[in-house]
Amino acid sequence: MQFDSLQAFFAMGGYALYVWLSFGVSLLALVWVVADSASAHKKLLRNAREEQARQSRIAAARKAQTVQSESEQTGS
Amino acid sequence: MWKWLHPYAKPERAYQLCVTLQPYFLWPGILCLLVGSLWGLAFAPQDYQQGDSFRIIYIHVPSAILSMSTYVAMAVAALVGIVWQWRTAFMAMIAMAPVGAVITFIALFTGAAWGKPMWGTWWVWDARLTSELILLFLYLGVIALYGAFEDKQQAGKAAGVMALVGVVNVPIIHYSVEWWNTLHQGATISKFDKPSIAPEMLWPLLIALLGLALFIAAVTVMRMKNEIIRREYHRPWVKDLAARALGDDHAV
Repeated sequence: MQFDSLQAFFAMGGYALYVWLSFGVSLLALVWVVADSASAHKKLLRNAREEQARQSRIAAARKAQTVQSESEQTGS
Repeated sequence: MWKWLHPYAKPERAYQLCVTLQPYFLWPGILCLLVGSLWGLAFAPQDYQQGDSFRIIYIHVPSAILSMSTYVAMAVAALVGIVWQWRTAFMAMIAMAPVGAVITFIALFTGAAWGKPMWGTWWVWDARLTSELILLFLYLGVIALYGAFEDKQQAGKAAGVMALVGVVNVPIIHYSVEWWNTLHQGATISKFDKPSIAPEMLWPLLIALLGLALFIAAVTVMRMKNEIIRREYHRPWVKDLAARALGDDHAV
């Protein structure tokens, strides 16, 4: 270790503001880009499932309707 | 010769490849970043001129180098997409753009925070800094242009052309410190000569560089997965995937 104490390490030879600002902001930026990608992934999967459920509901309703109208036609 | 590559143009195969690769990029990347940063911050010797402020190098130089490499990788993906009409190549292109923009932002920000104590100013409009800022705008331009089209094949072509044209900026950034008078120092590592840096300072730098490269690859793969799902929304395999990933409680 190049520093005599933990205080000296955090002081960074008087450049604490610039060094820790650089590393802090970089860390935040990297964490943000991973978190954004992961949350987008979840959201996409959820949307895909809802959309497909909606489509299958529409298909089922259409089928029910045609079955109904066909039975009406044969009944009359 | 390139036949083995063709199945990966199929989205489902490409997705599986991304899932396989992701942990191999992400965890070693994070590990290398931690080791490189800690080594650089605490164990590398002090610079005889700049004191401890030089430790910003361990994030500034890797992010600056990789902001350019990522751009070139993105442009190669754009070229493949335009020439061979690969949909997955455009997905790779747009997957790389946001992480490239973030890395460019980091290079600019850490440069400013290093410039303040060493040069006495956060920012100057000189060749190196300005061309790197233009690189950030190119990334943002590619993202914005891609987002502006409803049809994603059209979007890929338009943004791809922009990405390709922007490649001209990369050598300008690299040689800016030689072509123009600038506050920014010349190349230390990315030159054909021996690096002008002590080995005990260089090792943590190379580890941080490797770590950040792996990290960028990991984020690219993550976003690539998202792009594939976005384009394959209505396919059954995406439905199965969603059911497995989110649990079967709402399955229909």
